[in-house]
Amino acid sequence: MSMLEAAHEHDIELEGKDDSADFLLIFLRACEGSLACSTCHVIVMDVDYYNKLEDPTDEENDMLDLAFGLTETSRLGCQVIASPELDGMRLAIPSATRNFAVDGYVPKPH
Amino acid sequence: MTAMAIFRSRTWLSRSFSSLSSHPLRVCVVGSGPAGMYTAEKMLKAHQGAEVDIIDRLPTPFGLVRSGVAPDHPETKIVTNQFSRVAQNDRCSFFGKVTLGSSISLSELRNLYDVVVLAYGAESDRALGIPGEDLSGIYSAREFVWWYNGHPDCRNLSPDLKNTDTAVILGQGNVALDVARILLRPTEELATTDIACHALAALEQSSIRFLPLQSLALNQRSCLKSVICCAKRMSYYYRKVYLVGRRGPAQAACTAKELREILGTKKVQIHIKEEDLHKSPEDEEELKNSRIRKRVYELLSKAATTGPSLPSSGQRELHFVFFRKPDSFSESAEYPGHVSGVHLEKTGLKGVGSGKQIAVGSGQFEDIECGMVLKSVGYKSVPVPSLPFDHKNGVVPNAGGRVISDTSGDPELIEQGLYVCGWLKRGPTGIIGTNLHCAEETVASILHDLEHGLIASPSTSTKPGREGLLQLLDDRNVRAVPFSGWEKIDCEERKLGSLKGKPRVKLGSWEDLLKVAM
Repeated sequence: MSMLEAAHEHDIELEGKDDSADFLLIFLRACEGSLACSTCHVIVMDVDYYNKLEDPTDEENDMLDLAFGLTETSRLGCQVIASPELDGMRLAIPSATRNFAVDGYVPKPH
Repeated sequence: MTAMAIFRSRTWLSRSFSSLSSHPLRVCVVGSGPAGMYTAEKMLKAHQGAEVDIIDRLPTPFGLVRSGVAPDHPETKIVTNQFSRVAQNDRCSFFGKVTLGSSISLSELRNLYDVVVLAYGAESDRALGIPGEDLSGIYSAREFVWWYNGHPDCRNLSPDLKNTDTAVILGQGNVALDVARILLRPTEELATTDIACHALAALEQSSIRFLPLQSLALNQRSCLKSVICCAKRMSYYYRKVYLVGRRGPAQAACTAKELREILGTKKVQIHIKEEDLHKSPEDEEELKNSRIRKRVYELLSKAATTGPSLPSSGQRELHFVFFRKPDSFSESAEYPGHVSGVHLEKTGLKGVGSGKQIAVGSGQFEDIECGMVLKSVGYKSVPVPSLPFDHKNGVVPNAGGRVISDTSGDPELIEQGLYVCGWLKRGPTGIIGTNLHCAEETVASILHDLEHGLIASPSTSTKPGREGLLQLLDDRNVRAVPFSGWEKIDCEERKLGSLKGKPRVKLGSWEDLLKVAM
């Protein structure tokens, strides 16, 4: 089972987001696991766990190229398969609004 | 009147629900492509009192997901499942065949709704502005893509694929690669996709001239008539497609997935000149800073050194031409009014600061003969009356999605209750998923403005919303297509498709679409 499916089934709340996994189900699986988008992009928080994962294929790398907020330890959630040695792995999702600072400036209505 | 009755009863239903939460916030989203649908989804999620109406000028929703994504990329269209769930939400209604600017004006919409979000994308094209641009046989990639995707507005494009063996595509982005691939893919592979029937027929007729010699029957081979026939076929034996870019492989705008795919197309020889792969220190720097560009460059470099195999029957050619910008188009002497070639100027790169390099003409020229040109140099948005518009960049001036009426003065004047999302906001770049983040930003601005009293408070608002829209459309005799109308079209298309081993057969005309929908 991939991380994406696990989040789906067990209502896991991923770090960095206030909303529940429901939010994730709707928003983060546009292509429903067929390696045609990057909406399930997750960041592996500990590099030790990142290194335990199998290298991404060319196809996954092609999609990661376009992912929002790409990092050195980014993977597609639909390609990270659960296994006993990954027990305790923490995943984060990049927040889009983090990069769009609402600086408190209130524009004058027209 | 049945459609009206259904809408009215649903409005009543959502009123009784919303009285339990907050007052209704009446939102209208113009455009049902990814930008519009992600905006609607996030609005519904973020505000329990939001009632979202989505209007689109077509009877079919989903914008470029339906009419832009290539027929051989069905996985990219899966996102329509998610978008359908949004449209089917109790607090959401789809109104197809309603055009902003003719069925209803922007001012009228703003009088009906608390919040209006314009997400209608870019339905026009950047022009090259060079001599010969209006010769026949020259199309924008947008028109060609709409044609093979069965968009009702381009049904009669009728590009001539029979009287030429060469197409020149200006541009090297993903749209350029899409059209090149559709021209070059074996048609038996396209036959099981949802490509429009008229396009498949045109491509098949074009490729009939490429039947290998062995397929002729023995007695035909000995006949003089068939010798002449063979000679004619041989003259169109090689179909050539050129992908022409102003700059070099380090700046090519396509992405790895699409490039990898086209380089692997069956029976196509790839031509890339090794000397074009030379990298300057500025190129090295650009590649170092961009993972996307680096991977694309590596693919092109590998393809160039592998080199084309010896010519064999049934082969087509794909040429990547770098450092050439179009100067003018030549007119055919044999077919006056029709294009016969592209006159190109060689370019060099010049740094303009912050790691960017532009193409500069060198004064040396060369020509490529061709019978069809596809311009893939960018889409452009179209303004509507009373909408502030930045004509230079082809976008609506905005701050975080809030429409600005005047950027020249100080302070900026914001158009109250008017927002943008998608290509109309950012320009025609990015992928479907880019709109997810774009919609997050716009909806965040809407919620912020709501909290700070910058949008008329829903509890004191007298905006009629959906009821007002229905009344206005009724007064004008405009029959909108509800989402259930699209579902009927969808069902019919999939049914027709199942008879031919395709995912669907698109209804290609306005008449057919409306006959099924209504």
